[in-house]
Amino acid sequence: MKRIQGKGVCGAVTMGRLYFYRKDNDPISRKTVTDPEAEQQRFAKARQQAAKELEALHEKALREVGEIHAQIFEIHRMMLDDEDYCSSVSHIIDTQHVNAEYAVLRTSDTFSQMFETMTDEYMRARATDVVDISNRLIRCLKGDSDGRILSREPVILVAEDLTPSETVQLDKEKILAFLTLRGSENSHTAILARTMAIPAVVGLGKLDPEADGKTAIVDGFTGTVCIDPDEAAVAAYTRKKQEEEEKHRLWQSLRGKPNTTRDGRSIQLYANIGGLDDINAALQNDAGGIGLFRSEFLYLQNDHLPTEEEQFRAYREAAEKLAGKKVIIRTMDIGADKQTGYLKLPKEENPALGYRAIRICLTEPELFRTQLRALYRAGVYGDVSIMFPMITSPEELKRIREQIAIAQQELRTQEIPFREEMETGIMIETPAAAVISDILAPMVDFFSIGTNDLTQYTLAIDRQNPSLESFYQPHHEAVLRLIHQVIQNAHKAGIWAGICGELGADPTLTEQFLRMGVDELSVSPAQILPIRDKIRSMDLGS
Amino acid sequence: MKQFAYTIKDENGIHARPAGQLVQAAKAYQSEITITSGDKSASAKKLFALMGLGVKQGDSITVTAEGPDETEAAAGMEVFLQANL
Repeated sequence: MKRIQGKGVCGAVTMGRLYFYRKDNDPISRKTVTDPEAEQQRFAKARQQAAKELEALHEKALREVGEIHAQIFEIHRMMLDDEDYCSSVSHIIDTQHVNAEYAVLRTSDTFSQMFETMTDEYMRARATDVVDISNRLIRCLKGDSDGRILSREPVILVAEDLTPSETVQLDKEKILAFLTLRGSENSHTAILARTMAIPAVVGLGKLDPEADGKTAIVDGFTGTVCIDPDEAAVAAYTRKKQEEEEKHRLWQSLRGKPNTTRDGRSIQLYANIGGLDDINAALQNDAGGIGLFRSEFLYLQNDHLPTEEEQFRAYREAAEKLAGKKVIIRTMDIGADKQTGYLKLPKEENPALGYRAIRICLTEPELFRTQLRALYRAGVYGDVSIMFPMITSPEELKRIREQIAIAQQELRTQEIPFREEMETGIMIETPAAAVISDILAPMVDFFSIGTNDLTQYTLAIDRQNPSLESFYQPHHEAVLRLIHQVIQNAHKAGIWAGICGELGADPTLTEQFLRMGVDELSVSPAQILPIRDKIRSMDLGS
Repeated sequence: MKQFAYTIKDENGIHARPAGQLVQAAKAYQSEITITSGDKSASAKKLFALMGLGVKQGDSITVTAEGPDETEAAAGMEVFLQANL
C-alpha cells in the first residue's frame, strides 16, 4: 500500500483502477511536402496499424464483453477500408502536396459532415465514428500510443493536467475520479470534477507510471490517494462512502423545497453548466434555472467555428429542456486558458489580460452576431437571457447593443422568428466593472459576479499557477468588498445581482453573501442541494 | 445486367453493422453492384456511400449487378438481403 498526497477538490470518495491518460494535444497543421509519395506510404502504414489495433480490440472485446459490444470495432475496421474515404485522403495528398495528417483531417470533416446532415438520428451519430477512425489514423501517423479510455469499466483518470478542450472530449461515463500531477484547485479539471460531482485530487507532483492499472482509493475531502489499499484502508473507505450516501439522501429530501432562511429570506439557486449533457444533472438537483451556461463547449468541441444552426439547436434544446425556467447563456469566453485551434489566436505574453471573450466578439463582429442571432432565435423556445463576459466599460456595452440591433434587423429582414425583448446582463469579473458597477447597472438587466476571474485580477494571481497557491486567498477582503459594492449598486438601479463563480458554492460564505443581499447563487448542479440545506438552516435575524 | 427490387424489413434500415456485412458480401463478386434508393444510388462495395443513402425500414431499393458474375452476384445479394435486412 502506498499513500500520496495532493489537494482534494470535490468532497467525495471513490475506489477503482488507475488509468494513465497520455495526452496528445498538438493541433494538426497543414504542411506542404515535397514528396507526396512518401506521405501516401505513411498513410498506408497508418491504415495497417490502425486496422491491427482495431482487430486486437475486437478480439479483446469479444472475449470480455460479447459480440454486440465488439461489433463497433469491426465496423470501424470496415470504415478504414472504405474506398471513398481512402481515395479522398490520397487525392488531397496528391493534389495539394500536404502531410497525410492534414489530408485525413480534411477527409474526416467531409465524411462526418455528410452524416451530420442526415435526417436519421442514428446516422447523424455515425459522424462520431468517422471522427474516431480519423483520430486513430492521425495518432498512428504521429506514432503515438493509444490515449483513449479503452477500459470498459469506469476508471480513475491520471493525467499531467487536462485542458478544457480535452475535458470536453473525455468520455465522462468512464471516469470515477481525476488525478492530476500538476494543476491547482482552480484548474479546469477541478471545475469539471465539481460539475460531475466526482472526486479529484490535483497537484500530486509525481506518480510512478508503474501504478497504471492498479487499484486506488481517492479521497477528494483530504486529497489522499491510496494505491494498492490494504483491508483497513478499504474498510475505512467503505464507511466514508456510506456516510456520503447518507448525506446524499438527506440532500435529495430537499428537492422541491424553497431556498428560504429560517427568518424568511429567499434567494434563487441556479446551476452552472458547461454543456447540454449537464442539464439533466441540473434538473435532477432541482436547479431553479441555469445561471451560467458556458457556450464555449460549442467552440471547443468542434474543429470549426460553430455555425448559427449548430448554436441555435443547442440553445433551443437547453431552453426547451428547462421548460420555462430561466437559462442564462454566456456568450463565448474563448481565449486565455481556453484555446481552440481553428480560431488561430496569436500567442500572447499575458493571455488572461489579452485577446479573449467579448474582446474577440467586438473585434470580429460577424462571429459575434452569429452567436447573437442563434441566441435571439432560441429565445422563442424558453426563458433565455444573455450574459456578456469580461466587461470593463460602458462603451463596450454600447457596442454590444449596436451588434444586437444589427443582428435583430437581419433576422427581421430574413423573416426568421426571434424574441425581441430578452434580458441581457453582464459578468462582473474585472475589478474595473466592479468599481464602476454604479455606472453599468442602469444599462443592463442583471449582474452575475464571476468570482474566479475577479479574484485572479484583484489579487494579481494567476489561478492556473500552482506555485502561487499559498498566496491565493479566495476570501480576501478586497474581493468580498467588491462583491458587496456590486450587489449594492445593482439594487440601487433596481436590478438583481448573483454570483456564478466558485465562491458562490463555498458554504462558509453563503451566510455572508445573503447578508450582502445577493439575489441568486449559481453553482455546480451537485452543490445546489447542499447550499439549499445551508440556507434553510440559516437565521439572518431580520 | 441483373436487377431486382427489395423492401427493407430491418427496423433500423441499412445501419452500420448490416451495411458493413453487405459490403463484405458484395466484395465477394467481381461485378459492379449498385443500390438505388429513391433518386440516390451507391456502390454496394462502399460503406460510407451505402450508409449515406439513409435507407430506412419500409424503403424500397433496387439492386443492380453488372459484370462477369452478375447472375451469381444478384442471387447472392438477394439471399443476403433476405437473411439480414
